Amino acid sequence: MTTFQPVLLEAVGVAGSHTLASYRSRGGYAPLERMLKEKQPTDVIELVKASGLRGRGGAGFPTGLKWTFLPKDHPGPIYLCINADESEPGTFNNRILMEDDPHQVIEGIILSAYATRATTAYLYLRYEYPQSWDRLQGAIDEAYAAGLLGKNIQGSGFSLDLYLHRGAAAYICGEETGLIESLEGKRAWPRIKPPFPAIEGLFRKPTVVNNIETMACVAQIARRGVDWFRSIGVPSDPNNPRDPGSYGPKLYCLSGHVERPGCYEAPLGITARQLIDGQGGGVWKGRKAKAVIPGGISMGLLTEAELDTPLDFAGPGKVGCLGLGTAAVVVIDETVSIVDFLHNSCRFFAHESCGQCTPCREGTAWSLRMLERIRAGKGRLKDLELLAEIGNTMGMMPGSTICGLADGAAWPIKNAIKKFRGEFEDYIKRTNPSGWMVTDPVPALPIVAAH
Amino acid sequence: MITTQRILTPEMVASIEALAPRYPNRRALTLPALHIVNDELRYVPYEAVVEVAQLLGLAPAEVQDTLSFYQFFPQDKPSGETRAWVCRSISCALRGGEEILDHICHAAGIDPYGTTADGALTVEPAECLGACDFAPCMLAGKTLHKNLTKESAEAFVRDARAGKSS
Ligand SMILES: Cc1cc2nc3c(=O)[nH]c(=O)nc-3n(C[C@H](O)[C@H](O)[C@H](O)COP(=O)(O)O)c2cc1C
Ligand code: SF4
Ligand code: FES
Repeated sequence: MTTFQPVLLEAVGVAGSHTLASYRSRGGYAPLERMLKEKQPTDVIELVKASGLRGRGGAGFPTGLKWTFLPKDHPGPIYLCINADESEPGTFNNRILMEDDPHQVIEGIILSAYATRATTAYLYLRYEYPQSWDRLQGAIDEAYAAGLLGKNIQGSGFSLDLYLHRGAAAYICGEETGLIESLEGKRAWPRIKPPFPAIEGLFRKPTVVNNIETMACVAQIARRGVDWFRSIGVPSDPNNPRDPGSYGPKLYCLSGHVERPGCYEAPLGITARQLIDGQGGGVWKGRKAKAVIPGGISMGLLTEAELDTPLDFAGPGKVGCLGLGTAAVVVIDETVSIVDFLHNSCRFFAHESCGQCTPCREGTAWSLRMLERIRAGKGRLKDLELLAEIGNTMGMMPGSTICGLADGAAWPIKNAIKKFRGEFEDYIKRTNPSGWMVTDPVPALPIVAAH
Repeated sequence: MITTQRILTPEMVASIEALAPRYPNRRALTLPALHIVNDELRYVPYEAVVEVAQLLGLAPAEVQDTLSFYQFFPQDKPSGETRAWVCRSISCALRGGEEILDHICHAAGIDPYGTTADGALTVEPAECLGACDFAPCMLAGKTLHKNLTKESAEAFVRDARAGKSS
């Protein structure tokens, strides 16, 4: 593993890496030109399918398979939406790809559009990335001037327009149908599925939504081939015919209490401990980790004893986390109160719930208020039952909400209370010595604005 | 004839119209149009909402509905010349982000979401800015302020009030 050479991040730190000249000098766009000449769109789908690439945006859905859900022989238009809303706390790999190597992303987009027969692609970029906006717009302008975007690309007969679209600071715009609604100029309320976007998406047309890192992977698969991609990562479990495996390199974002925060490329399946102690230089100040977020705050928590969990698509789920998510690893050291962690998590989700589904709107707001009460020294042991009940009942998995934000809100609650119950109980008993055992209903709090 | 002052300048209208060919309908111009107005005026008063709606062939309520969803576009009065978002999400909070937010507000003499009396600076709490490798951090205008300390936060407030910040 020490011999692993970064590919997606190969240009980071290279002067002028964001320019077309630099990208070309590294072999960029040659694979695209070859594919446009020699391959049919279905060949590109087959290539991506064969690579085993799974979406990097959080859900890990196999990319090639998603593309095959588009209707055959559709008269068009078909849309490609690139998801650069990147707002999952702890996550910043898309930012680095867009700022340091935007052409790698754009080559992936053109290849993906060719495969899906999309002739318009919208890149939905979160508002908070002005530097990414400038780099991408510069790269798009260069690509148009070089005949890599626009009409009849490189004489292939294939045409593609790529437009940037700016968000307005709402996490829910990262959910793919929230993104679509937002692009259409409406409030970003996720849609009930089905219909899935592949059948009825943007402007009611067949649509594919993919993440920025997924696009970079497509570009590298075209350049280096399926065998290269499949030589990295964790193969599918032979005893589980439904496991698509975890192939390829992955960008892990490491932050929180580590000596060297940063975005590191590693084979899928590196363990949290290897990442923290290796690339990250260890937990900061010589301390120990109390807990580690394995893939963005929505995924829940690993305990110190669980740090040898491989961070592939299947790993975190085996220890009760929601999944690999965005592979954003956040280290929480032993000095942090788990109550404070959960308060921070609940505040985020209460703020970001779009309010459409009652269990999510009320569950996130109520859990925040309970955490505020606990932190104010008014917690009761019964609150832990109530929190667990919220955690168990809101989300797509229990079937009570339209989108996965609620599952992401529920998991930190469930994991924290299950894995750190003793600490919660001690905290409540210590801070509320006369009332921790009370089980009466609590009088209503004064109404505070939810947001 | 009464001529009412229009909020949308011809330049703003031209910028919005320049984007029209990108989308198959005009409603999709809503968010780009709101950004164009906000970039210029630092807020989007309700009269501008009505004008945007007219321009796009929508009901004002449709534009207002979208605008209000994001809680991003101020409507009552412009935000400060510098609008700063201080991250309070987990990676920043673990490295003192909440204290930095308090400190900046204290140095500026305002509450979170407030604007200094001279109109120079608005400070807002933000969720993860996607720059957790530089925690604790803040986005001020288009500038990312990395690895903030009490000292650099104070210097930022001083510069913003002296009109030197982005
Ligand atoms: C609440 C919520 C927020 C999400 N935010 C993002 C995001 O910021 N970026 C992203 O690529 N995917 C995000 N997703 C996942 C998308 O819905 C979608 O699965 C993904 O963009 C598909 O791209 P991929 O297959 O290339 O991963 C989010 C999902 C949920 C439920
Ligand atoms: S689960 Fe929450 S965020 Fe998702 S649609 Fe429902 S209310 Fe909105
Ligand atoms: S948590 Fe502050 S930038 Fe991500």
